[in-house]
Amino acid sequence: MTAGGTSAPRNRLAVAGARSTTEAMLRAQPRGDVIRNTIFAGLLLLSVAIALAGLLALLIQAFAKGSSALSLDLITNPPSTAFPEKAGYRPAIIGSLELIAGVLLFIVPVGIGAAIYLEEYADGSRWWNRLIEVNIQNLAAVPSIIYGILGLAFIVRGPLNLGFIVAAGSLTLALLVLPMVIIASREALRAVPDSIRQGSLALGATQWQTIRTQVLPASIPGIATGVILAVSRAIGETAPLLLVGATVFVTFDPTPFGTDGYSAMPVQIFNYALRPQEEFQALAAAGIIVMLVVLLAMNSFAIWLRNRYEQRW
Amino acid sequence: MAQDETRPEAARATREEAAERAAIAVRPEFRSGATANFEKTVFEMKGIEVLYSGVSAVKGITMEVGHNEVTALIGPSGCGKSTLLRCLNRMNDLIPTAEVQGELLYHGEDLYGPHVDPVQVRKLIGMVFQKPNPFPKSIYDNVAFGPRILGRKDGLDATVEKALRGAALWDEVKDRLKDNAFGLSGGQQQRLCIARCIAVEPDVILMDEPCSALDPISTGKIEDLMIELKKEFSIVIVTHNMQQAARVSDRTAFLMVELDAEEHNRWGRLVEYDVTEKIFTNPSDKRTEDYVSGKVG
Repeated sequence: MTAGGTSAPRNRLAVAGARSTTEAMLRAQPRGDVIRNTIFAGLLLLSVAIALAGLLALLIQAFAKGSSALSLDLITNPPSTAFPEKAGYRPAIIGSLELIAGVLLFIVPVGIGAAIYLEEYADGSRWWNRLIEVNIQNLAAVPSIIYGILGLAFIVRGPLNLGFIVAAGSLTLALLVLPMVIIASREALRAVPDSIRQGSLALGATQWQTIRTQVLPASIPGIATGVILAVSRAIGETAPLLLVGATVFVTFDPTPFGTDGYSAMPVQIFNYALRPQEEFQALAAAGIIVMLVVLLAMNSFAIWLRNRYEQRW
Repeated sequence: MAQDETRPEAARATREEAAERAAIAVRPEFRSGATANFEKTVFEMKGIEVLYSGVSAVKGITMEVGHNEVTALIGPSGCGKSTLLRCLNRMNDLIPTAEVQGELLYHGEDLYGPHVDPVQVRKLIGMVFQKPNPFPKSIYDNVAFGPRILGRKDGLDATVEKALRGAALWDEVKDRLKDNAFGLSGGQQQRLCIARCIAVEPDVILMDEPCSALDPISTGKIEDLMIELKKEFSIVIVTHNMQQAARVSDRTAFLMVELDAEEHNRWGRLVEYDVTEKIFTNPSDKRTEDYVSGKVG
């Protein structure tokens, strides 16, 4: 240092000043900020709690009321008005399974096909393709009872005239969840990068070969997730089924095309819940537990599938 | 990757050898200009123009591409090199708004003729892209994909091995053919893409800036590979790396951006096309000289 004796204290002073400024900057934020932060975080947590509270209340209520009725009889026995202690869900479970099988048969080929067309073939610059797109988004938001009316008018009666059979219920539910499958499948297809399509086409593959051997296999996890979520929605739907024939109190195993009537899990739960006797209330609660377990299992499987097989590009 | 280690001496030797070979290739008759003196031409472009939604991207391209040669397309960004390259195997067909005008002959046949199927074109004229794009499958399935879709299922193992050897990748992957191709390094992935391309046994390989996403060592390997591959295939490469063009190509075409009077529209124009050595040492056009000497670009 050339400045000599005076510069050293002055330097020390400058260093001390700088340090105190830094300390002031690093010191805790004003109290008001801390409080606002805490309140905001608390409100967000409350939102989560409200969302979960509904499910939790339902689970507690269902277990409290229905645990007494939980037994193998619940699955293996048909419903009965005379002996509620022995009544079960057997025809409803079989009906639901048949409904779901029909839904799957319909939505997998049609949903994936529609998604492939819209994503791979349709020219997005044409107005009609854009119109179709917007309408599919809208269809996913149409109330399910409307689909019930559609099913009654066009599938049970009207042009198809199938009558009140399981297959008609399947078709109605399939139409209801089809937009979900199409939207999920399109997203899965869109996630496959264009470089893969180009790489395949540049090797002399046709467009169909490219889709079949590259694009579809790479998007199957996403499509499967969408299909499972759609099916779990279909399992839980009651309103459209009430309109297309599943209102009957069924004590026998329904067949897919049988005209003697059929039932489904949510419909049977509804039926039991309407009865005033305590035993039937417990049966309804037990049915809710069975359905919740099935739905949670399916949704968990869908999430697992997505995380396990999702292709990272 | 342990397998990705280089042998710098060997790579350098091959490149020196290549330079030597290039020097020999520059025979006096070639110096008169690249439009003449091809032993055999693959492509003949006559006034090629590519438009996107009616707006030109490149205009007035007239040049020939020689058989068993490496032809480099160089030029600044936006001069239409890639667009021109994608014309050559009709990849531009995939863009609905793209339109190609002019005449493009491939071994004398009009590539855009009414009875020409773009799918067949791409079997003969393969392409390697800027970013390595292996399929999300095993290494083996990546290479076997082309032969499989072409229905060449006999001796598939031998075809795969030959292609991987041809792309100088066999020794690095022979013990893990069933592993997913995404586990390879970027340079290995790009060589896998080259192997996938040559497994189809094309006539021409188009390369669109194949080394731009790679490190110098991987780049060196791919450049060596190109010099090796031109014995069997004709190669057209787009590169913005002039040294790369100088190192690997036999002929170089220099494209530049041209503006209209109002400076509203811009398109690529072929400025000069000649034997690579001439382009880099004694170009006829001032603009080429400015570009290759780094004054503009």
